[in-house]
Amino acid sequence: MSRKSLRIENLHVSVEGKSILRGVNLTINQGETHALMGPNGSGKSTLSYALMGHPNYEITDGSAFIDDVNLLDMEPDDRAKAGLFLAFQYPTSIPGVTMANFLRHAVTNVRMPDRKEGEDLISMRDFRKELKQKMDELGMDGEFARRYLNEGFSGGEKKRAEVLQLAMLQPAFAILDETDSGLDIDAVRVVSEGVNRVAKAQGTGVLVITHYQRILNYIQPQFVHILYGGKIVENGGPELVTTLELEGYDWIRAKYPNEAQIEDELESTVLTS
Amino acid sequence: MSTVVANTQTKATLAIQFGEFQNTASSEPIWLRDARKAAFEQFEFLPWPTSKDEEWRRTDIRAFKLSAFDLIQNQPAPTLDDLNAVGPLRDALAAHYATGIVQIAGQTTQPADSSKLGRVTLTDFQSALAIHGDLIKKHLFQTVKPEGDALAALHASIFRGGIVLYVPKGVKLEFPLYALSALTGNHRVDTSHTLIILEDDSEATLVHDLATTGESKPGLHLGAVEIVVGKNAHLKYVRIQNWDDKTWHFSRERAVVDAGGSIQWTIGGLGSRLSKVNQETALTGPKASAQVNGVMFTTGNQHLAYFTRQDHQAPNTTSDLLYKGGLSGKSRTVWKGMIAVEKDAQKTDAYQKNDSLVLSSHARADSIPGLEIEANDVRCTHGATAGQVDPEMVFYFQARGIPAETAKRLVVEGFFANVYDRISVEPVRESLRAAVAQKLAIGKS
Repeated sequence: MSRKSLRIENLHVSVEGKSILRGVNLTINQGETHALMGPNGSGKSTLSYALMGHPNYEITDGSAFIDDVNLLDMEPDDRAKAGLFLAFQYPTSIPGVTMANFLRHAVTNVRMPDRKEGEDLISMRDFRKELKQKMDELGMDGEFARRYLNEGFSGGEKKRAEVLQLAMLQPAFAILDETDSGLDIDAVRVVSEGVNRVAKAQGTGVLVITHYQRILNYIQPQFVHILYGGKIVENGGPELVTTLELEGYDWIRAKYPNEAQIEDELESTVLTS
Repeated sequence: MSTVVANTQTKATLAIQFGEFQNTASSEPIWLRDARKAAFEQFEFLPWPTSKDEEWRRTDIRAFKLSAFDLIQNQPAPTLDDLNAVGPLRDALAAHYATGIVQIAGQTTQPADSSKLGRVTLTDFQSALAIHGDLIKKHLFQTVKPEGDALAALHASIFRGGIVLYVPKGVKLEFPLYALSALTGNHRVDTSHTLIILEDDSEATLVHDLATTGESKPGLHLGAVEIVVGKNAHLKYVRIQNWDDKTWHFSRERAVVDAGGSIQWTIGGLGSRLSKVNQETALTGPKASAQVNGVMFTTGNQHLAYFTRQDHQAPNTTSDLLYKGGLSGKSRTVWKGMIAVEKDAQKTDAYQKNDSLVLSSHARADSIPGLEIEANDVRCTHGATAGQVDPEMVFYFQARGIPAETAKRLVVEGFFANVYDRISVEPVRESLRAAVAQKLAIGKS
């Protein structure tokens, strides 16, 4: 199987008329694990939402491709079918829709991208078997499949449910948006093992968005990028994580005064957490 | 308005034809012939509904031509083609229920298996008349009165066939029953009458499908449902209206529940070109209770109007109404609810709620709750909401590969879940859920 590439070039994104990303360049190949770090408000979540196609995020310049497929022309569901996955920081609750039903529709659509609406879903028996196996691997009680998606889930349960979806959908590229936030250390470990298992089996390209080092002890990146003031200002290896852990972002601030100024402006008008 | 004139002319023609109708139904007992005659006199006396009537203000039936439908002659017996067409609908029910009755245009094509019914009767109107004549005489037209309006009077005077469920005193039916009222390409008129009688201390569950199969042509259901629940008797009744979108659906429905009795009454409103339904529950004895549920999903140019009443006529009675609608296309729903509490009905606890989810900017949901309270020690609450599908939910589905349109429909299905969750009898819940899911067209499960 040839390895695919997710190529983000000169990406500019505005939210409600405010420019948040100002020329992001990033290439991820399948099989690689990248970490994207940066202070709150630097635009990390904006990147993930914009790539997935949230309607509130306006692309003003640049491109994003999986191989020769232009993601930015597509509806979010077609981006998912093209192999992109986003594990949400704050997954939405869907009242009345069980996780099993949701996932059966999702898996059917992603695995049979040419299927027409109203045609058969994937076989219930096969689906159930696969779901149970994946839930067991993540240490999830079977009861979760019958619960309404994210409704009344604890923070940790929501994150586990996101990773379960990742495991079922087996995307070419997965963006994990602050998947470690709100988790205790045991949960971070279980969730990370889940991600690693999928990544290894599927050759998934992984982008871990975080501002803590903690999860990176479990999902170990080969490449680390620092997003600051709407741009990726530093690219490096795992040593960057250690530097940030020891020194914080002050040295970035000193090194990139223009971006620091933008960062300050954004922080004062921050729209999303 | 010319259409009113046209229908008035039709009324005049019908006067001549009613004599013919009486001839075709000459085997009926005198009391019924007299009751029909009285109802027909009401029909002649009552004005045809127009937009000036409160109940018809939002529901325009000018395009409905009575003359387009033959209400007088006996319809031909269903053919093999009709039976085959109804087969899949029947099989879907028969797979999950011990037994049931199937009718095409009010004519029974498959009777219920009496060996499974014990002392319970589930049969067609004519057979019930033969076996339980006195019982029918006692209850017919007592709960839904022919003088309600011209359509109710017309139904009473010319109705043919129908379904009767009778559960004698103390009999508790362990398993749910089904009834299927079908229209086919050849049989387009159903004027059947549904009569459900539960005597004291009895229990039963019935799911009742009204569905069209085969070629879609203009059709008419002009019906009535009368339900009598005795002391400490308990009925669960689910009625799923699933005609095709060329069928007119006019139905007056009322239940009376005596002391300590209960009804759980769920309506599915999926089909029809236009529906006008009056669904009423009267709690006539102390501690009677009613749970009334409605699930509507409309598409295209459909218009579904529901007028509900919760009549509290005795102390310590409880009623809880939850209607939920999803609307797409240019469709429209109207819900007008009334909680009426009589002076003696102290300690009434009544609730009504109507929530709508509007999927299209061209669809419209009207929601009009109402209270009339004459007692002074009661708890009555009502609420109504209308909104659109949360775009964040749609995005979440899309991020998982599910197209926006399917996402919205899944959200609507989820929106109905708290109605489904109320229905504890599994096959009944699944029958309703499956019918709605099919209308939502979100793929077979």
